[in-house]
Amino acid sequence: MWEQIRSNQIRSVVLTVGMGVLLILIGYFLGLYFFDNALAGLVIAILVWTVLSLVGYFQGDSILLRMSRAKKIKRDDHPRLYNIVEEMKIASGLEKMPDIYIIDDPALNAFATGRDPNRASVAITSGLLQKLNRDELQGVIAHEISHVKNRDVLLMSMCSILLGTIVILAWYGSRIMIFGSMTGSRRSSSSGGGGQGQAIILIISLVFMILAPVLAQLIYFAISRKREYLADASAALYTRYPEGLASALEKLGTSTGQLKSANKATAPMYIINPFRKKGMKASDLSSTHPPISERIRILRAMAGASFNNYDQAYGKVHGGKGVIPAASLAAETVPITTTKLEGEAGEPTEIQRARETSDVMWRLNNYNTITCDCGAKLRVPPKFKEPQIKCPHCGRTHKV
Amino acid sequence: MPIAAYVIIGVVVVLAIILFVLYNGLVRLRNQVKNAWAQIDVQLKRRYDLIPNLVETAKGYMKHERETLEAVTKARNLAQQASSAGAGERAKAEGELSSVLSRLLAVVENYPDLKANQNFLALQEELTSTENKIGFSRQFYNDSVLRYNNQTQMVPSNIVASMFGFKASEFFEVTLTAEREAPKVSFT
Repeated sequence: MWEQIRSNQIRSVVLTVGMGVLLILIGYFLGLYFFDNALAGLVIAILVWTVLSLVGYFQGDSILLRMSRAKKIKRDDHPRLYNIVEEMKIASGLEKMPDIYIIDDPALNAFATGRDPNRASVAITSGLLQKLNRDELQGVIAHEISHVKNRDVLLMSMCSILLGTIVILAWYGSRIMIFGSMTGSRRSSSSGGGGQGQAIILIISLVFMILAPVLAQLIYFAISRKREYLADASAALYTRYPEGLASALEKLGTSTGQLKSANKATAPMYIINPFRKKGMKASDLSSTHPPISERIRILRAMAGASFNNYDQAYGKVHGGKGVIPAASLAAETVPITTTKLEGEAGEPTEIQRARETSDVMWRLNNYNTITCDCGAKLRVPPKFKEPQIKCPHCGRTHKV
Repeated sequence: MPIAAYVIIGVVVVLAIILFVLYNGLVRLRNQVKNAWAQIDVQLKRRYDLIPNLVETAKGYMKHERETLEAVTKARNLAQQASSAGAGERAKAEGELSSVLSRLLAVVENYPDLKANQNFLALQEELTSTENKIGFSRQFYNDSVLRYNNQTQMVPSNIVASMFGFKASEFFEVTLTAEREAPKVSFT
């Protein structure tokens, strides 16, 4: 049941190979056109791809985390978040505790990164952290951890590098072709009278250069969407509580904020597409992700928490055959936890969560927080050198 | 050498490879079961450590809940004693502890002063999370046991299992009293 990934991997590999073929074809046409030698083009294409892949493989996670300006937290910074991640680490059978990062951004989003399950990180925006209650947060973290567990992170980053290479080569290739052929001088000396053949190669290459990135993008989206469904199914299985993720997605779907630090290459890493148009709801536009409303409906239609139940729910909502590969469907149904062990007693309200989160963010920026007896909180900046500080609210002095 | 010899050698080699693969698979699953059991153990021990602190903090506020607090302490000590017993007996003691704990956390609602205590809130979060972790590690343990047991019973790995003495493992089933009967709520 836990090794379901394998057969899905085969499908993903087929699609990835499809993208690889596109890359090779691009190299082939580039070589044929510019050097009269297909091999030279292939070598260039594969060289560019190899360099980008190596960088992505070894530095991808730290680049991604730095680009999104995520800050690493320790257990004491936010015990609840840390505990929830640890719970999901246990439920998924992950061997090593992932690093936890917070992104200081009011937009609601989260992502996981790390090339293998032993080197994983989970990042979440401060907005999401204060918006979600414990069950919902658990659902989101479970979704992210299953991306790690299913090795989606590695697959998707390798795919996005492949896509990036295709886009770069096609862009420069087609520009040089168009402007090069307009000046008309470049190839006139080397071609000895094959004018007709030249023109045909030029046209085929040009059409291909324009089509390849689009095709690659479509394949990429197809892989990405499959993975999202699988991660949702795994999240339901780990938490035994699909409603948690469903109601989290509902909150995510009604938000309209755009994540400032995301970019196109990193979009599929997030739990929902960070590139919705401004003012448009998250559920309207999704390319790397399936529509949120549909994901919610599937989760809510689940009769149990197993992959089998997810597959049936998918069939009910979507029609047609399911998304989970048949080999991984265990026959048994797994009951949903209806009575959660934790009492709602210890659950902080949204205001408390907001305060808690802002405390963490100040602390992560090296501010010192002093709580005055009158209830005011003094945030002392790291550059503050005086030994004492006066409360602006009641006038009491505090030691720094 | 005659062709028959090659064929025999080939068959032996293939059989040996199959044996190795099946044996290694069983060992991997058995280790996973052991590992998962150790995880449960870690969380249960953590709960033993947390409870005295929690009871100590709550005592000052919950004057009318002496019985509940005593029941929690008693259940904790019983569970700790049962920790050297087998999975079945242990699960029963731990289930009992879980149900008295959830009863305690339910009555906390009646004590606003206690709920405002920072120390108590931190302890409560720890305890809630430990409860969850126990649940999730149990879940993972049972899944591991299921896979291991299936492997020891299904052809052809059952032959290897019986040859090398791979025995089926015991599930960790907890039936919480709280899950069977609705908790009693008193409005006093």
